[in-house]
Amino acid sequence: MKQDIFQAISDPTRRAILALIATQALTPNAMAHQFDMSRQAVSKHIKVLHECELIKPEQLGREIYYHFNARKMQEFDNWLAQFRKTWETQFNQLDQVLLTMKKNKK
Amino acid sequence: MNNHLLFDFTVDKAAKTVFITREFDAELDLVWDAFTKAEILDQWGAPAPMRCQTKYMNFEVGGRRFYAMIGPDGQERWSVQEFTSITPKTNFKMYNAFADKDQNRELPGSEWDYNFSEQNGITTVSITIFNESFERMEKLLEGFRIGFTMTLTNLENLLVTLSQK
Repeated sequence: MKQDIFQAISDPTRRAILALIATQALTPNAMAHQFDMSRQAVSKHIKVLHECELIKPEQLGREIYYHFNARKMQEFDNWLAQFRKTWETQFNQLDQVLLTMKKNKK
Repeated sequence: MNNHLLFDFTVDKAAKTVFITREFDAELDLVWDAFTKAEILDQWGAPAPMRCQTKYMNFEVGGRRFYAMIGPDGQERWSVQEFTSITPKTNFKMYNAFADKDQNRELPGSEWDYNFSEQNGITTVSITIFNESFERMEKLLEGFRIGFTMTLTNLENLLVTLSQK
């Protein structure tokens, strides 16, 4: 089941985790320490972020480091740009409709 | 064309909210009608090459608009809008949800809040859309994406047609 990216980033702790690992890949233990949280709580957040591909795991020796997946965030931004474009198109259409309405009114 | 008219589109990802503001070179009465009357909404309410067709619209509190977005391939995607608050020529709110052709809604939907104001013959419309989930917004775009590359050509055609009227 793919995670909802909006749900993933609507949580303040998960946003803080993203901000933190954007500068440096971290292990779950390091995150737990950083946020003064239990390993279980961190694992839950990691699961959500990983499922929507906002973070990527990398095995280094016995430890797993999580990286920020900037590409996924970029995809999300591209998607929003398209959404914006559909609105622009509709509003340009509305400009024309209003123009016609104005003419007909005269 | 109309480059002087403001268009602002921002998304607060964390709050799952989209804010859209657009100015129109027309008086408030016309713009209000364009957003609240089915026969006018159907002329612009879907980005070309899609079109929009309203089956019925009861623009009153508790009333509904049942409409379809129709792709160039004829595929229909139905939605139900339920009007939750109306202050004539100032504001209206609605709850929008996808539906099947028998008006069974797929919840959750999204909450829309429209504000209208006029200054010196320019009408500003501000829209706030709150979405329960991002998946839903993604679906909304999927509907739009059909034939999306054709959009610009079709828009040009529309402009030609309209200017000939």
